[in-house]
Amino acid sequence: MDTELNIARRNFLKVSATLGAGLTLAFYLPASLGAARKFATSNDTFMQNAFIRIGTDSQVTVIVKHLEMGQGVFTGLPTLIAEELDADWSQISVKAAPADAKLYKNLAWGAPQGTGQSNSMANSFDQMRQAGATARAMLVTAAAEQWGVSTEEITVSKGIVQHRNSKRKANFGELADKASQMPVPDNVKLKDMKDFQYIGKPVVRKDTMEKLNGTAKYTIDMQQTGMLTAVVAHPPLFGAKVKSYDASKTKAIKGVIDVVQIPTGVAVLAEGFWPAKLGRDALKIEWDTSTANILGSDEILQQYKVLAKTSGAVVRSEGNADKALAGASKRVAAAFEFPYLAHAAMEPMDCAIALTETGCELWHGEQFQTLTQLNVSKALGIKLDQVKINTLYAGGSFGRRGNPSSDYQLEATHIVKAIAGRVPIKLLWTREDDMRAGFYRPLNYHTLEAALDDKGNIVAWHHRIVGQSILAGTPIEGVMLEKGHDPMSMEGANDMPYRSPNVLVDLHSPKINVPVLWWRSVAHTHTAFSIETFIDELAAKVDKDPVEFRREQLAGEPRLLNVLNLAVEKSGWGKPMTKGRGRGIALHKSFNTYVAQVAEVTVTKDGKVKVDHVTCAVDCGIAVNPEIIASQMQGGIGFGLSAAMKGAITLKNGKVEQSNFHDYEPIRMNEMPHVDVHIVPSNEAPSGVGEPGVPPIAPAVCNAIFMATGIRIRSLPISLHDLSDT
Amino acid sequence: MLTLLVNGEKRQVDVSPDTPLLWVLRDDLGLTGTKYGCGMALCGACTVHVNGEAVCSCVTPVSALAGKKITTIEGLSRNSDHPLQKAWAVEQVSQCGYCQSGQIMSAAALLAKTPHPSDADIDHAMTGNICRCGTYQQIRAAIHYVAKQGD
Repeated sequence: MDTELNIARRNFLKVSATLGAGLTLAFYLPASLGAARKFATSNDTFMQNAFIRIGTDSQVTVIVKHLEMGQGVFTGLPTLIAEELDADWSQISVKAAPADAKLYKNLAWGAPQGTGQSNSMANSFDQMRQAGATARAMLVTAAAEQWGVSTEEITVSKGIVQHRNSKRKANFGELADKASQMPVPDNVKLKDMKDFQYIGKPVVRKDTMEKLNGTAKYTIDMQQTGMLTAVVAHPPLFGAKVKSYDASKTKAIKGVIDVVQIPTGVAVLAEGFWPAKLGRDALKIEWDTSTANILGSDEILQQYKVLAKTSGAVVRSEGNADKALAGASKRVAAAFEFPYLAHAAMEPMDCAIALTETGCELWHGEQFQTLTQLNVSKALGIKLDQVKINTLYAGGSFGRRGNPSSDYQLEATHIVKAIAGRVPIKLLWTREDDMRAGFYRPLNYHTLEAALDDKGNIVAWHHRIVGQSILAGTPIEGVMLEKGHDPMSMEGANDMPYRSPNVLVDLHSPKINVPVLWWRSVAHTHTAFSIETFIDELAAKVDKDPVEFRREQLAGEPRLLNVLNLAVEKSGWGKPMTKGRGRGIALHKSFNTYVAQVAEVTVTKDGKVKVDHVTCAVDCGIAVNPEIIASQMQGGIGFGLSAAMKGAITLKNGKVEQSNFHDYEPIRMNEMPHVDVHIVPSNEAPSGVGEPGVPPIAPAVCNAIFMATGIRIRSLPISLHDLSDT
Repeated sequence: MLTLLVNGEKRQVDVSPDTPLLWVLRDDLGLTGTKYGCGMALCGACTVHVNGEAVCSCVTPVSALAGKKITTIEGLSRNSDHPLQKAWAVEQVSQCGYCQSGQIMSAAALLAKTPHPSDADIDHAMTGNICRCGTYQQIRAAIHYVAKQGD
């Protein structure tokens, strides 16, 4: 063994001694095997990744660096490791990684640890497979040494290591100790696709059992000795502050322990939620609204409409769209309106926190660990690595638990700070708190204008977007703002796939005092809608079938064409429909995944819309788990449909008008269409599936409504429109 | 002190009588499988059985429950092996999982009365349970799966 590898082993043992538990041995493996030697002389960086532990009981624990919020990452990433390790699926268990960006950074983002942009699988695919293959190689080397045979003669299958000729065999547990003494190989061969045992097959989700018997632990379930529940009275307007408060009635309520003022309101601490909530309701608070937003959403929209008459910052420009539009014989123009939307995850925002001797410790479903470490450390005046985060299951997130401002995490921090960390606290938001806290999908206004030539080809395209920036003013503003434009405001529009020699996309990012955030598929939620319904308008202008028109205008986009054709074929596109029914198509690429959907709707005489069926075709590269991919498409369609049908957060004089599921109502069982999902077989690198199912559904449904009624819907939600046949 | 009969056990709790059952289950009895979602009986995440009927525990004051049999997700089966729980595993229903205790409790109350529900029966019984992840299709399939197993 050469010196470098000796160092490697020492580092390995050192790390495992610190983190290993009892007989459990740990393999802490570098991200790229090339990096193993490179970093071999540095104690700090050599063991860059810590993803697998193999116990002497043969239990393989996979440490997952991403938040499980329903998207299946606790199954998807362990699948990769099981595959290359040749483990048996039943011997794999899963654990959430601690917050530690050095070990668990999102490779697509560079430095920070976090989950988003549907990139968990994409950024982990090689990393997890290499980790699995490396551990396997060490087990094989250990067996070869123990049996005095060549590694070439050893096979591994379903957790059993076997010598081909002598039939000697051992399980992982029997080899774990020796394997941990083996050098970390710097070059492992990954499997060919044809040899995959787990990838491409629907293995059972690892979180299945605990989510059907009530034992899965979410933030709301956190309990510790002495822990108090905190409920906060928040200001009625964004930007308002506490002027004064009277807590005398609150303090008289049995179970209420303390009342403290924090930057975001007044917190009531009690033994349990109910007394805390009663205590909150009994507070008398005077608010300072002098710097608050008092604009209503109608007024905001009017401002945007005025802005849209002027040129915005150019984010894409090819040819001369203005000139081509001016000289065109066939022109189509339309404007589109999109409301604010709340995430409304089933588990309202919540966070448990304790001050500790070494800093602080949080328990919650965190999507963006590193930024919350940064924000909390600043609030407490400690170092980032003194903020320990235990990432729990999230009861849905849809982007909400990945807030660069760490709003509710900081609120919990300020509460525990205000009581000097006397006891741990658990901040619980009510549904009303959650729905009125802002961090919405931004309200948007778009204009689109296009010109067509005599052959029916698009010759000019101008897309103008007016909407608040998501990134401006956040700690990652500098990192992510490209050339002053927020990609989170225009993705999907700046890379619009339809062919046109003249393209202009410009953007206004007005500053409005309403907190906004990414919302499952971010800007694609609105850019896909305006583009895909507008394309139908263009097709109608030149008397073409919407599918034919798309095929013609999508040359050079083979993967989009592919999902289009698959969805068309499987949906029975073109078959006659009865009166009052319609079929619509939309397609969109987001997060490197290509999705086409055909929606079938029925519009009743009195104007009620029912989406009966959706055919969804998806190309997400290698389909790691087809069942989870199908679920994510169905879930994305359900989520997108909720917003399309009736989702809107509106403000009146600055006050949010909605409060709970009666006035912000997601679709229910009886409104969910049957969704058939068809996955394109692919050898391409895997891409995300958490978000890309969302963007096409609203335009597909509205295109279908046009076929059924002749009415074009250019503002959402659909419930705003009278579709009755009178 | 109030005495409640929860999952076959008598439990004494010292809470004000207007406290919703949900928070007694969660904060006083440590039965956290039943979830809070809205506090207004709008979402069904808090569904439990009271004398076999599916009710929203978030709006049911404990004072109304004396002598009544309360069953939560923890008491639905001894080994997580209620036919619906098995079906939930077969159909891989759960995504984030937060609403699923309530979904299963609503479905169990449905099947107890209607062992072979139609799609319309399922719509009717399950419409009070919101799932933001959109697992409705799998929930429907899981309920039908149990109905078929019973044949």
